Amino acid sequence: MQQNVIQLGSARNEAARNEPEGTASGGCASSGCGSSSDKLAHLPEHIRAKVHNHPCFSEEAHHHYARMHVAVAPACNIQCHYCNRKYDCSNESRPGVVSEVMTPEQAVKKTLAVAAEIPQMTVLGIAGPGDPLANPERTLATFRALSEKAPDIKLCVSTNGLALPELVDEICQHNIDHVTITINCVDPEIGAKIYPWIFWNNRRVKGIKGARILIEQQQKGLQMLCDRGVLVKVNSVMIPGVNDQHLKEVSRVVKAKGAFLHNVMPLIAEAEHGTFYGIMGQRGPNPDELQALQDECAGDMAMMRHCRQCRADAVGMLGEDRGAEFSLDKVEQMDIDYDAAMQRRAEVHGAIEANRAAQQQRRNETFIPLTSLKRPSAAKPTQSPRSTLRPVLMAVATSGGGLINQHFGHAREFLIYEASAPTGTVAVRFIGARKVDLYCGGGDTCGDAETALAGSIRTLDGCEVVLCSKIGYEPWGDLEAAGILPSGEHAMEPIEDAVAAVYREMASSGRLDANTDATALSA
Amino acid sequence: MAYKIIEGCVNCWACEPLCPSQAIHAAEPHFVIDAAACTECDGDHAHPQCASICPVEGVILDGFGIPVNPPGSLTGIPPERMAEAMAEIQAR
Repeated sequence: MQQNVIQLGSARNEAARNEPEGTASGGCASSGCGSSSDKLAHLPEHIRAKVHNHPCFSEEAHHHYARMHVAVAPACNIQCHYCNRKYDCSNESRPGVVSEVMTPEQAVKKTLAVAAEIPQMTVLGIAGPGDPLANPERTLATFRALSEKAPDIKLCVSTNGLALPELVDEICQHNIDHVTITINCVDPEIGAKIYPWIFWNNRRVKGIKGARILIEQQQKGLQMLCDRGVLVKVNSVMIPGVNDQHLKEVSRVVKAKGAFLHNVMPLIAEAEHGTFYGIMGQRGPNPDELQALQDECAGDMAMMRHCRQCRADAVGMLGEDRGAEFSLDKVEQMDIDYDAAMQRRAEVHGAIEANRAAQQQRRNETFIPLTSLKRPSAAKPTQSPRSTLRPVLMAVATSGGGLINQHFGHAREFLIYEASAPTGTVAVRFIGARKVDLYCGGGDTCGDAETALAGSIRTLDGCEVVLCSKIGYEPWGDLEAAGILPSGEHAMEPIEDAVAAVYREMASSGRLDANTDATALSA
Repeated sequence: MAYKIIEGCVNCWACEPLCPSQAIHAAEPHFVIDAAACTECDGDHAHPQCASICPVEGVILDGFGIPVNPPGSLTGIPPERMAEAMAEIQAR
């Protein structure tokens, strides 16, 4: 139940270390404490500025901005049990999977084409399909060319950390100020259950010995980056029974070193992926387990919950992949005037920022204390909202912009929000995204619409409300039968405002009392 | 004697920069080792470099035609379990 807690102590520490004269603001000074968009508010201003339009580092930004990965880095220097190096696949969406590996020159051309066609794209990342730092020439050549040709694009890199210490200085030279390190453990015995081998000093090193070297390199690299002021996000894969409990320790350790965001992701493991975990029947966590662990880790640092675990060649907003529009042969046909594109991008970004500011302004005005609402139980003065109102999960269909603007039947994923009233004010926090069905484009194109609908409803397990722009008659009935209330009433409204509004309606009609019984309903 | 890359190579480039004899080249449908240039890393490294980083089992053969990384040696998946899982998937 802990959310939006302003870590004043850590904010001061960060500010003191990185920006002696910086003003570590009181955290919630600039934005509504009740909204989930200020969860980075405890960070110093210069860090918030860095992540403001980075969809992978800021949950709020991911509603508005897009990212892309270029698959220039096929080689890897370690083996992870959740990865299969036979990565070529066009239908799957998970890390390490790509359709075509490209050269740095092809990657630069593709990046410029995407930046021109999708002006919301702010970030170019290199994330594989192997390890970017195990392919330093290809990775750095791509960054070098892009920092010259497209200075308005943020560059970032994701790594397993093994080669990080030796490349930290080069990373800093190339103006890469966002780095993600995947750290699944800080204990070599646990590491040996995740990493069967690493390639180190010209030999394959297996078991605990290999895991120990990897962990040492990761921690050393993390420290070096933080010392140089590079923003570091730590990704961890939650593997039930292997490292799930241990990740709380990982969160503490990386936070102490200066990582600013921890992203705990669920293991993806299916036999057809051919991975060790998939073949051996290792299960991934269910949404409740994932959320519980994220909440436990959140005591130590900012948590990321909007990660979509995208492919190493993904293109577009986080929830979508437009990679097919930018295949090598299509990009080859495009003629890009990047100066003109940059102009247009600046205009689009300006419009997005104006829209975000307006949404934020409105949010500050609309978050009013629940206690000011007339509701039946409020008549009893001894009853505090803290003890009577239970939290509610709501699912949202959105196609971006931070609005409820997608038809229920078109949603390929739902964003899950939790509304609660821990201090008497409605608090809305983002819980995560849940994918519906990767292979189904919707009722019309899909052979078995009934199955797709049943799948959607299963995806919404635990939610009491689903907010969308429109919804068909048939799914409406099925959702109601499943105990989920569909609503199209808040179409085109900002997500968090609408979630808060629905929660207030539920509160004032007495549907949120912790022990909803006959007396509460008849009151 | 020389090492050899066979079908199953995923063209990941990992081995190419490691070869002390520059004997490895990108090719279609997969990378190849120039048998005349390959020294099996003798004199340069204690272990053959290509076979020490290759992530795919069974695709690098030694001079006797024997896989340097036999099934199960890199992934840790017992070959019988792999066969079972493949049969289950086929049967779906």
